[in-house]
Amino acid sequence: MKNTLTANNNIDNSVIDNTAVENTAMENTAVKGTALPVITANHVSKSFLTDNGEDLKVLTHISMTLHEGEIVAILGRSGAGKSTFLRILAGLVPPSDGRVKYRGKPLTGPNPGVAMVFQTFALMPWLTVESNVELGLQAQGVGRKERKAAALKAIDSIGLDGFESAYPKELSGGMRQRVGIARALVLKPDALFMDEPFSALDVLTAENLRQEVLKLWADGSGALRSILIVTHNIEEAVQMADRVVVLGSHPGHVIADVPITLPRPRDKHTAAFESTVDSLYAILTGQADAARGGHREEALSGLQQMFADSSQGSHSLPDATPGGMAGLLEIVADHEDGVDLADLASALTFEVDDLFPLLDAGTLLGMLDVEEGHVSLTPAGREWNDADILDSKMIFARMAISHVPLIRAIDRTLRQSKNGKVRGDLIVDLLRGKHNDEAAQQQFRIAVEWGRYGELFDYDSDDDTLTLDDNAQ
Amino acid sequence: MPSLFSTHAGALIRGDAPASASGRLRRSVISDVIVVAGILAVLGAVAALLPQVNAAIGPQGIPSSISTDPHLLPYYALRSVFRMFIALGFSFLFTVVYGLAAARSRRLGAILIPLLDILQSVPILGFLSATITIWLVLFPGSILGVEAASIFAIFTSQAWNMTFSFHRSLMSEPPELDEAARLLQLSHWQRFWKLDVPNSMIPLLWNCMMSVGGGWFFLTASEMISVNNSTYVLPGIGSYVAEASERQQLGNIGWAILTMVIVVVLIDFCLWKPLTAWAEKFRITSNSSVSQKRSLVLSVIRQSHLNDVLATIGRPIADVLDRLTLPLGRTGAHWHVRGTRSRIGDVLFAVVAAAVSIFGVVLWFDYIREGAGIAEIWHVAGLGFLTFLRVMLLTLICSIIWVPIGAMIGMNPKLARFFQPVIQILASFPANFTFPLVTLWFIAWHIDINWGNLLLMSLGTQWYILFNVIAGASAIPDDLREMSRSLGMGTWQRWKTLILPAVFGAWCTGGVTAAGGAWNASIVSETVSYGHTTLTATGLGSYIAASTAEGNMPRTLLSVTMMSIFVVVVNRVFWHPLERLADRRFSLTA
Repeated sequence: MKNTLTANNNIDNSVIDNTAVENTAMENTAVKGTALPVITANHVSKSFLTDNGEDLKVLTHISMTLHEGEIVAILGRSGAGKSTFLRILAGLVPPSDGRVKYRGKPLTGPNPGVAMVFQTFALMPWLTVESNVELGLQAQGVGRKERKAAALKAIDSIGLDGFESAYPKELSGGMRQRVGIARALVLKPDALFMDEPFSALDVLTAENLRQEVLKLWADGSGALRSILIVTHNIEEAVQMADRVVVLGSHPGHVIADVPITLPRPRDKHTAAFESTVDSLYAILTGQADAARGGHREEALSGLQQMFADSSQGSHSLPDATPGGMAGLLEIVADHEDGVDLADLASALTFEVDDLFPLLDAGTLLGMLDVEEGHVSLTPAGREWNDADILDSKMIFARMAISHVPLIRAIDRTLRQSKNGKVRGDLIVDLLRGKHNDEAAQQQFRIAVEWGRYGELFDYDSDDDTLTLDDNAQ
Repeated sequence: MPSLFSTHAGALIRGDAPASASGRLRRSVISDVIVVAGILAVLGAVAALLPQVNAAIGPQGIPSSISTDPHLLPYYALRSVFRMFIALGFSFLFTVVYGLAAARSRRLGAILIPLLDILQSVPILGFLSATITIWLVLFPGSILGVEAASIFAIFTSQAWNMTFSFHRSLMSEPPELDEAARLLQLSHWQRFWKLDVPNSMIPLLWNCMMSVGGGWFFLTASEMISVNNSTYVLPGIGSYVAEASERQQLGNIGWAILTMVIVVVLIDFCLWKPLTAWAEKFRITSNSSVSQKRSLVLSVIRQSHLNDVLATIGRPIADVLDRLTLPLGRTGAHWHVRGTRSRIGDVLFAVVAAAVSIFGVVLWFDYIREGAGIAEIWHVAGLGFLTFLRVMLLTLICSIIWVPIGAMIGMNPKLARFFQPVIQILASFPANFTFPLVTLWFIAWHIDINWGNLLLMSLGTQWYILFNVIAGASAIPDDLREMSRSLGMGTWQRWKTLILPAVFGAWCTGGVTAAGGAWNASIVSETVSYGHTTLTATGLGSYIAASTAEGNMPRTLLSVTMMSIFVVVVNRVFWHPLERLADRRFSLTA
């Protein structure tokens, strides 16, 4: 299961000189006890208005502190509001409730001590590498000469020398992200924020860049002090962070704050590393059950209630296709006693965001059993996996009707309507009671995809009508 | 080792072609000479024209005719081009101010954007007759008053679509670039130049080209201004055509057409080609493999030392401006928290806006009732319906003719490469320059202008359909075409299942532009004359032309309003749903 990782590690060792990392890591951990807080979040909540005028909570009562000199990773699955939280700390988005302080002062706008590295790089395509890097200094009113000197230094430090006058579109993804990092470094920020910085890069480039960032952080030059990194890659979090803050979803809240005390440089193949990764997987999967009881009770009319319940919390449909689920089940079926999630993820080179929707869908349908970071097939799952194409559709339909409330709700609505037809608008509208518009549309789209696959109902997008499938009548 | 590698790669990437040093030097010197000559020529022309523009009005008043000596044509053309670009400058200014206001202020945006939709549908004669007295009063005793009115008229035929495009670009800025700009704490000024302008550059440039094309079409109307029972004529190529047509000088019309062709081609070569090639650097795409746009003029400018000179002069100025504009504040420096106070403000704003518009409508109605009578409203609505039928019929006929031809050209890359620039030039050529010739033909063959009018309107607007369909057809992916061939599809099946659906979106874009242009064109094409014969078709366009010429304000106001209503309603009811359908069902990218 580990062949991909072995390849990575060979690259690490050949490219990076790891001794520097080791030395300062010691100092960093030593300092941490007395380190000053740089950014503090105090009971931060965030909610958005849905189209039906209801408040939709995205984050609730999150408190955390970023200290001087530490690397903190924020880990969570999609929908946990990781990026929103990062943007609140960066002062790009105001919190609905609670407050964020930078060095003791409450924020009222963009955080002056933060420089951000974006997932999609966010470089101005019409400016050269050098002008992009100079941009922040120019905004601070630094003179042309000093600006250029500082930019060139930052460009050199991240290995971009020679590319000063290139335009971003001439560069590869990895090189572009280096420009993004240089643009942040040149400002000598108190805290470097990284929003899934390596997820748009291929595995090898990502690994290489990760090591370079760690090296810059550890070399003691002061260019990089604290780092806050948002990720959905558990190994990345364990490899980089002094502390991993795990967020749970619906709405986002802190479910664990795990210190990582492994000595640096960290070797992915040590038992300690693997067990840390496994325990984080367990924390993330355990959270699914916890959310089940957590939704609000409100008086709603019959149909509305049915749909509101049908898509709340862990009942909401994960964004997974039946085909993807079938593929996953096939792999899990190869292991008689099930398989560890960490092994599964690295075998597929999947990150949490790719894997978890499939796992959630399988669990929701009662075909997979996930416990303590370990996944195995249920009898129904095995039956589905072994069936031929027609039988498998019938099994899927049966499981969907009995386990997925939204599918059941749509099916029942169709059967109760006079001509076996319902407007898609109506369903989306009902879903809007508990989701914002985008999520309501997405829930509807997934339900239609599953329903079509199970031959339960059909959907005509031209006149926006759902009809009961002939087979299901 | 890594750094060595990168330097080398950097040089390769920048595309430094290996060339001998002396050859490069020679080329750069020649380029310098050409660029300096070009700059001197432009400055000289402007210096020569400026005194003429501000000439005093003689004792006989503002001239109502000009000489039709063909030797004067180059001078007339210069005057027209000069006017066109002054108007374009104002259009830019308006675009930036209006677009920024609408995009940055939630409340203003709610009013400014629908207002822009209406402004866009008001025919330029409407603006002219409403403002001509203001311009004449502003610059008494000088021809500059008429010149200003003319420039304003051209401006009103250019500005709106540019503003729409700028606003759309501002609203669709990539969110991560916006976040980067805010976190880097760029000042408003810096954000404008580093993000807003570059991001909107390509669509703005295309709209600019379309605007200039639109401006040419109304050149005649804006240079020979005949409103409120008087005619003011400015020296220019548009008024030259009108004058020559009145004096029945066929040969001179030919000379004017030739001059216009040269002007259009020259502007394309010296301005649009280099600008569009230069603007490629503002494209937000990850791959650089898109076919390179080339321009000879741009290459010459790039080889010259103009860049260095501009940099030495411009940098200190830019630095000073950077510092001077800091008090304007930083972008997104404070959160906008929506509290009760802001909500009360919203309500107040809405109430005031509603009160003002209701008051305006009442005033309008009162004025029309007293000046023209209620019955006239129905009469004008009927005329509007007639013109509406004509516009629809015209769009239909043009589509039937040009969609198949455009699709065939578009699917053949060689043909497309040849035809696209030609059609672009045809589209920006003012079709009404040929109206006198066509009118002559109508008179000779006794063709009813009520039908002939269709041809006149289509002369200007059909190109939009053709142009867009060619672009749409050339975007059909190769694999789809190969699929249709490998399945052995018949011709009809191929058109029905692949080609027509694939160009549907492009046809919509072309159709809405063509129809919009046709409404405006109806004013200059429902009444045409050659010599002393005037042909008038029954319709809203000829009604507007007549009521502005005789200065009947209530009727002008009524008919202009009616046309705006028709355009806005047809767009809302017909074109927008079609465009949404095209987006949802027939988009190739989704």
